Amino acid sequence: MPPLAQRNLFHDKVRLAVTLTGIVFAVVLIVVELGLFVGFTVTTSGLIDHSGADLWITSKNVPYVEQGVAFSERKLNQVRAVPGVADAQKLVAHWTQWKRHDGGEDSVQIVGFNVDDAMEKPWNLVEGRVEDLKSPDAIILDELYKKKLGVTRVGEVFEIGGHRARVVGFTRGIRSFTTSPYVFTTFKNAQTYTGLREDQTYFILAKLTPGANLEQVRRELLDRVKGVEVFTTAEFSHMTRFYWMFTTGAGVAVLIAAVLGLVVGFVVVAQTIYATTMDHVREFGTLKAMGAPNSYVYKVIMKQAAISAVIGYVLGMIVSVFVVRASQEGGAAILMPMPMAVGMFFLTLAMCIGAALVSINKVTRIDPAMVFKG
Amino acid sequence: MQPAIAVRQLTKTYAEGNTGTVALRGVDLDVYAGELLMLMGPSGSGKTTLLSIMGCILTASSGSIWMAEKEITQLTEKQLPAIRLEHIGFVFQGFNLFPTLTAGENVELMFDLKGLAAKAAKKRAAELLDQVGLGGKCDTFPSDLSGGQKQRVAIARALAGDPGIILADEPTAALDSHTGKNVMEMMSELAHKRGRAVVIVTHDSRVLSFADRIVKIEDGAIAGPGSSLLEPVPAGMLAHNFSQPTVNLA
Repeated sequence: MPPLAQRNLFHDKVRLAVTLTGIVFAVVLIVVELGLFVGFTVTTSGLIDHSGADLWITSKNVPYVEQGVAFSERKLNQVRAVPGVADAQKLVAHWTQWKRHDGGEDSVQIVGFNVDDAMEKPWNLVEGRVEDLKSPDAIILDELYKKKLGVTRVGEVFEIGGHRARVVGFTRGIRSFTTSPYVFTTFKNAQTYTGLREDQTYFILAKLTPGANLEQVRRELLDRVKGVEVFTTAEFSHMTRFYWMFTTGAGVAVLIAAVLGLVVGFVVVAQTIYATTMDHVREFGTLKAMGAPNSYVYKVIMKQAAISAVIGYVLGMIVSVFVVRASQEGGAAILMPMPMAVGMFFLTLAMCIGAALVSINKVTRIDPAMVFKG
Repeated sequence: MQPAIAVRQLTKTYAEGNTGTVALRGVDLDVYAGELLMLMGPSGSGKTTLLSIMGCILTASSGSIWMAEKEITQLTEKQLPAIRLEHIGFVFQGFNLFPTLTAGENVELMFDLKGLAAKAAKKRAAELLDQVGLGGKCDTFPSDLSGGQKQRVAIARALAGDPGIILADEPTAALDSHTGKNVMEMMSELAHKRGRAVVIVTHDSRVLSFADRIVKIEDGAIAGPGSSLLEPVPAGMLAHNFSQPTVNLA
């Protein structure tokens, strides 16, 4: 086929620029919104997903990880006694107040764990070691929140919950979904910082022996340990994600913005492809008069849409990669996993092809007799 | 001799609200291979409507058209493009070339519709352009061609489909007299040397000398004594005769 689609497309460079701008805008907007959604989702359950535990034991009616309710730590031994449980550890995850040097205060989430036999522990350490937490009053936090918490370097001393805390290391990229950064410390320090009684914990994490039946162990735990609920890590992760993304409406808002991006992109692309088609309507009429079946004309329009989609996608992804990289320095992570990048290509293609259908509808109705009019 | 196209009792009424406008009233017409027939008549007389129906791009209200022993008025709208592609070549007043394609690509397009491979289409398009005197203009865009050259490209494109019937709507209207003459010489060659049935709708009295037959249409019907189908016009009666043809399309 002579390059009619390409030529029509590149003939009017201004219109091409408008079309591509529309597609790029849509691609970037959708990537940012979906990326935020993915980023938020991963962030909300990051603590759970990195725990390395098989089961999370909580008190009754705990909807998500930040909403833990304290219960007796004596249940730890009961958990350890259940057949199939290889190890169990206590975990504190609770809010408290951080006092900056300038006198101001910020809310933080204390994560207290057993350093000697840690299931939950800070990951992506860029300064310091987990073992450094064994020294008195030691804490590790993420470098993203240095400015917010007024921290400049390792060794600085602050006040958490009215008690001394000394920074011994930094992680990279451990975000909190809320405005309260995670502060990692020993279980004992965490009890002090959060005001938790010595005989209490917020969670118990359990690891199973190799080959143990997860459901069976869970049933045993529910039978033997009273007043608790037992979730698999995946379940608790999902509960936490669902709470933050859908119960609070945060995720829905982001998803709506992504859909709006798609709609805006669709409208812009449909409008420009329609205008391009109308510019060439006489030529399409001539094609039909020459004996071209409708399918031939559709192919030309579809090809225009597909070429626009490919160019728009490539340009959009270039911009998106910059946006995604820039977001790594900020408080809200925009993630673009490979399946999403690939999916975006097909979404862009579908958006452009869908937009072209509006034009095809018009072309179907072209009366080839128009070619005889002047 | 079988006509290349036979029109019988053709009527066309355009719907207009509750009433209708009658464009053609029982037209009978035969056009033969090797013949150049001109349709003349005042504006609104129905000649372009007749051309459109003969070209299978407009459907008749009643009557029939036979082409290659097939009654095309019985065909569905989906079948008509194939008939156009197979049997009819169009030449338009406004050329109707694709401005974003080169002269060669404009002609290739028809070969592509006929299903010819790209390489062969390119070669055949160059040959056809050469035959209409545009051998060196394959890669030239229509915007860089004169009116006459554009019409020659359009003729080459019409010929690319190897049709038995050429339908032309005012092919010289947008051209100066010299270029118009040149185009008419080509049309004449198509009829007389290539054996095509050529039907030309025209207002241009300068081109009448090229006609084998002139059919006048008035108020949707063929005019003249007894609506005679064959009414040769003596060349001497025509004004502004062009000089001898000079183009060789063979």
